[in-house]
Amino acid sequence: MIPELGHFALALAVALAFAQGVIGVFAPGLRDPRAMRAAPLLALSHFLAIGAAFLALIYAGVVSDFTVENVADFSSSLVPLIYRISGTWGNHDGSMVLWCFILSLCGATVAAFGGNLPASLRARVIGVLGLVSGGFLLFTLTVSDPFTRIWPPPLDGAGVNPILQDPGLAFHPPVLYTGYVGFSVAFAFAIAALIEGRIDAAWGRWVRPWALISWCFLTAGITLGSWWSYYTLGWGGYWFWDPVENAALLPWLTGTALLHCAIVVEKRESLKAWTVLLAIATFSLSLSGTFLVRSGILNSVHSFAAAPDQGLFILALLGLTVGGSLLLFAIRAPALAAAGVYAPLSRESALVVNNIFLCSIAAVVFVGTLYPPFSDLLFGVQLSVGAPFFNQTVLPLTAPLILAMAVGPLLPWKRAALKPALERIWLAAVAAIIVMLVMTEQTNAITALGLGGGVWVVLSALSDIAERTKLGRVGLGDSVTRLRAMPRAAFGAALGHIGFGVLVLGIAGMTLATQKVVVLNAGQSADLGGYSWTLNDIHDAPGPNYAQRVADVTISDNGKAFLTLHPSRRMFTTPKVITNDAAINTNGFQDIYVVFADEPASGGAELRLNRHPLAPEIWFGGLIMALGGALSLSDRRLRVGAPARKKKAKVAGVAAE
Amino acid sequence: MNTTRRLLFTAPLAAVALGGAAFYTILERMEANKYDPHALPSPLIGKKPPAFNLPGLNGAAGFANTDIAAPPRPMLVNWFASWCLPCAEEAPMMAQLAKTGLPIWGIAYQDNAAALANYFAQYGNPYARLALDTPGLTAINWGVYGVPETYLIDKDGIVRWRWAGAITDDVLANGLNPLLAKYS
Repeated sequence: MIPELGHFALALAVALAFAQGVIGVFAPGLRDPRAMRAAPLLALSHFLAIGAAFLALIYAGVVSDFTVENVADFSSSLVPLIYRISGTWGNHDGSMVLWCFILSLCGATVAAFGGNLPASLRARVIGVLGLVSGGFLLFTLTVSDPFTRIWPPPLDGAGVNPILQDPGLAFHPPVLYTGYVGFSVAFAFAIAALIEGRIDAAWGRWVRPWALISWCFLTAGITLGSWWSYYTLGWGGYWFWDPVENAALLPWLTGTALLHCAIVVEKRESLKAWTVLLAIATFSLSLSGTFLVRSGILNSVHSFAAAPDQGLFILALLGLTVGGSLLLFAIRAPALAAAGVYAPLSRESALVVNNIFLCSIAAVVFVGTLYPPFSDLLFGVQLSVGAPFFNQTVLPLTAPLILAMAVGPLLPWKRAALKPALERIWLAAVAAIIVMLVMTEQTNAITALGLGGGVWVVLSALSDIAERTKLGRVGLGDSVTRLRAMPRAAFGAALGHIGFGVLVLGIAGMTLATQKVVVLNAGQSADLGGYSWTLNDIHDAPGPNYAQRVADVTISDNGKAFLTLHPSRRMFTTPKVITNDAAINTNGFQDIYVVFADEPASGGAELRLNRHPLAPEIWFGGLIMALGGALSLSDRRLRVGAPARKKKAKVAGVAAE
Repeated sequence: MNTTRRLLFTAPLAAVALGGAAFYTILERMEANKYDPHALPSPLIGKKPPAFNLPGLNGAAGFANTDIAAPPRPMLVNWFASWCLPCAEEAPMMAQLAKTGLPIWGIAYQDNAAALANYFAQYGNPYARLALDTPGLTAINWGVYGVPETYLIDKDGIVRWRWAGAITDDVLANGLNPLLAKYS
């Protein structure tokens, strides 16, 4: 009964979404205030309907209702509760419901908190969201229905893929999807503005918090996914340039560009058409990324099997959304004229440079990801583009970005001089050069470049904060007062840059990782990275829905044991899969990582020993970036846009950004 | 409003339309089983490897494409790296193959001399000759997907087989051995 109600709620959501779309988009043109007021209400009811469908699907998973095909195929009564819930979105059909649920949540949020928007803009934004949502809900309902029943039901489900039975992966898809889908709001704002034919500073101020919140989620989602693959897949890698990873990286890159560009629209009313294009591109890339991978066109390890008829439906939806918005862009955007002018050296130009590099990186990743199917179509040669290509092409574009991103925030708007900016960060420059020289001596040029670049970004952002608080030039108490009066947006931006610098440090550090594969008998040891690694014992241990073999490995430094790790091999019964559960110890600056890979017939244990310098910094960096975004989001100006407050902040003597 | 600006703003639409048409064709071809995105064929199969000339370890001679243009008997070119775990796992297999007298030439991908010396001290050096692709450009020309990766080259210097990933007993029995018998 519950699944039928869910199915009905899904159908109801389709109808409500289209009603929301049509009324929202056309009511402002008809100047019908009652219809305009209906749009937010429709968005809320659409959200409730899809929420009910989503809950019904989760319910079916929780009570293990195997008459629902989706539950029978991807769940099992033996799986712990949390994975019965997360299993709901661990497959294609269920993840579509989650996707639509988040999209409707975006519409409902605009409906609930968009009270300060002009009524016509708000109705149009909600309308655009409704149309997009309606299309994908229709897809879910017709060709990818998660509520399909089977009879007779199997005695037990096929189970949840063991590598997905992990807390990291339970939360990774919802967070990542919120990031992807959140950009739909920036997209809807762009479309609504194109329809209205007007973009001004106010538009920039409305759009930025939405872009910022999605960016935070996307950053956190990518970080979570990378961390998950690092500790579950057992080979210590954190990024594989897989099409699915690239699909998440692309909107992140253009979304980062969008965040920076929207500031220019807000402060200087420039770069309008470009910002609109970025908003369209970011959401289009989110859509294409999610769905091209599902259509099976791209070869990926994250396979969601999808039938070809689904592929065509998806392509048609993508064509309507992306093509329609770009058609509107081609017609309306040429009329958007810039109001503010700026000198070649200014904050505006620095943000343009940021955009050029971010978009170039995005273009390179895009070409590399799509090259295999296209080369087959155009030249009849099937080939693969792997990590060698991406490493070679992304690095030269990232290096100048790192160089520029430290200077940009120090330049004033309109017209700037390089000298005062550089005077403020000479300390960071000297430190970076010293790190680079020392590390070139000790390691290799690429690692040294990365470490120096990371230090450069982190220190220059810190010295920016120090400069703003006049640290050392006035009393400490005065500096603290200045720090507290500093706009949170400025603090958040500095934190975001620090996070990126920390991430660069982590990636550079990981190039120094050392590893070793050894077969040890109990009592034997191996040497790696200055430590001695001893296998003490192999024993059985119970698990909730698996049996496991555990190896006890003691790591000692100069004969002094300081750590014992317990990597295990887990034997799952439904489905029959063995996973290697890596044991990782971190001290914040280095990971010690041991995988129990196999028990050879000859006895003993095959162990993979790894020492990963600075690996934790990769995830700390991602987290700090997301926190920086969140901090900036909590800035009062973004929430209410009250100009009165802004004046007050100036009186307090803090440099306006 | 000038025409150039209008045309410029139509460019994204035109690009997306072209891309969409291409994807439609690709989907059609997938349905007709003319295209399998999960296949990993190498563009080198049936051809000679592209021109390259790589240095060896510590000033020793490396090798160039001309050196493998007409080997006296079929041989393997194995791409590997000291930092690559699957390569280390593949090392015993390489040693075993080298013992059978099959010439294996190694190309170390993005590696350095010190790390390679450690690697060989630990896992042995099965390679008849060794070259270093430190910048990684030759790897792109070959279409290397990742390390380890192994190519079978016949007596005419033509690539007959490519295996991306470590060679296992199963790959040896069902992939490499039949081809070795065919081309020797």
